[in-house]
Amino acid sequence: MVDEPSDIEQQIINARFQLMLTNKINGSFALDVEFSVPSEGVTAIFGESGSGKTTLLRCIAGLQKSNPAFLSFNGEVWQDRAIFKATHRRSIGYVFQEPSLFEHLTVMGNLSYAIKRASNKLNNTFYSQVIDVMGINDLLGQGTNQLSGGEKQRVAIARALLLQPKLLLMDEPLASLDVKRKLEILPYLEKLRASFGIPVFYVTHSVDEIMRLADRVIILEAGKLVNQGNVSELFSNINFPVQSRDDIGIVLDCNILEVDEQWQLMKVAFNGGQLWLPKRRDELSNSQCRLRILASDISVTLEAQRDTSILNQLPAEVIETVPEETWATTLLKVKTGDTILLARITNKSLSQLALSSGKKVWIQVKSAAIIR
Amino acid sequence: MSLSPDDLDAIWLTLRLATTVTLLLLILATPIAWWLAKTDSWLKVPIGALVALPLVLPPTVLGFYLLVLMGPNGSIGEFTKALGLGTLPFTFSGLVIASMIYSLPFVVQPIQNAIQSIGDRPIEVAATLGAGPVDRFFSVVLPLAKPGFVTATILGFAHTVGEFGIVLMIGGSIPKETRVVSIQIYDHVEALQYGNAHFLAAIMLGFSFIVLLGLYGFQRKRSGEGLHYGR
Repeated sequence: MVDEPSDIEQQIINARFQLMLTNKINGSFALDVEFSVPSEGVTAIFGESGSGKTTLLRCIAGLQKSNPAFLSFNGEVWQDRAIFKATHRRSIGYVFQEPSLFEHLTVMGNLSYAIKRASNKLNNTFYSQVIDVMGINDLLGQGTNQLSGGEKQRVAIARALLLQPKLLLMDEPLASLDVKRKLEILPYLEKLRASFGIPVFYVTHSVDEIMRLADRVIILEAGKLVNQGNVSELFSNINFPVQSRDDIGIVLDCNILEVDEQWQLMKVAFNGGQLWLPKRRDELSNSQCRLRILASDISVTLEAQRDTSILNQLPAEVIETVPEETWATTLLKVKTGDTILLARITNKSLSQLALSSGKKVWIQVKSAAIIR
Repeated sequence: MSLSPDDLDAIWLTLRLATTVTLLLLILATPIAWWLAKTDSWLKVPIGALVALPLVLPPTVLGFYLLVLMGPNGSIGEFTKALGLGTLPFTFSGLVIASMIYSLPFVVQPIQNAIQSIGDRPIEVAATLGAGPVDRFFSVVLPLAKPGFVTATILGFAHTVGEFGIVLMIGGSIPKETRVVSIQIYDHVEALQYGNAHFLAAIMLGFSFIVLLGLYGFQRKRSGEGLHYGR
């Protein structure tokens, strides 16, 4: 049992749910999850289909009864042995997997439905911001069946925001859309994240969405929480269960230190060094960015190289060597500063350079993708 | 040939009965339909069958049991006597109750089907948008299930207008009290007044045809929604 929060003001979501669902088709499913996360930023709930992601989100929303259960939001108890706050009394916005607009109302009617029932009176600036960020100004007068799937989902997100909830719950909002529509909506979600300081639970099975949107991840497997942590920590873990071989790499949260307009480069700092990268769009110094560096984009040398075209060389120490059995390669876990990076080298190089734990090396970062 | 004052009384009484029964039934049938559409209880099947019973039972059977139950020695009769209401057979109120039972499935089933076809999702969406249970019913369920409610209203009304056997058993033929159009036609025929019978029968035929025409036209416009009787 999660202890009741002692400090009423703490900005934390405490949750514990335990339930058993029996269904003629799928047999029985048990959810048994307990976690505590700060109520800010985006918390991704990640897992394969059938792992209980959606059920967990429905428990948080009060759409799914769970017993025993405990849920508190910033010290306010929404659910415990004696209390069950009904869904309509929880200050939440919920975006369902498939666009769920009311068909008997227009786009504006759908938005008004939320505005009328919002806990606070709508302020015009906020309204314009929501309409603007979601880019739905031109859709307001239309009927819901005239919209594309992507447009419907943007209206559904705007509708949830206009309720001015304290917590936003999103259940794979991109899953029902094709690749093109996904790419169309992702920027809106990134803007949502940046524009509204509202904590979000985001259910997904897409690693890409997590890297672009999430601050931390809760990983579910067969109804159990198997791992939890910040995105950058989790992706540095070789055992992170979801990466295919080509995708193995790490995620770094960096600070942009300076932007070099002459060479169109920028210098970023992370917990362990600095990197020069091509600037991608209108990055500003002192802002945050998130990088993805694949293991195949890092190479290892014993001495610092001169006269190399590679801009980024960092001193590092080998922590661990992990052979990849099916291929003639090995993954190296190397540490620079406080950060663990992954490098993939051939077994031949491993032997020639006589690499093993504790060895001091130089790593060369060939490229890094800016994902946020 | 024109309508006699008795004929006009019968038509007026029939309309009054059908309107009363339909309005009361919409209020009674909605919660039953809601329960049948949403419940997982094992009682769903037996209750559903009970509601549908008037579809297959001869009206005389239903009328007979009601007559016995509501009569001076029946349990309902004892109860209404104790309340100082007298007994219900051969009164307008008795006819209303009997008609409600007889027309129940025609009102419950379209509403139940409409509620089922909406599914849980819009109701959950409304809840996440801050709507309480009553608010959800009026702001989401009612507008989305409207075709079902329209069908239920038309069928409930038309079916009450068209009943005969149950009225004969429980209402008899008391002018302005229980003598509805179908009974009036029967009385005309018994008295060999074929002309009067023709006139009223033609009105009933026209009425029924127009009602069904309207209903099917409505369903065609809203194809895929509500329930399609007779197709």
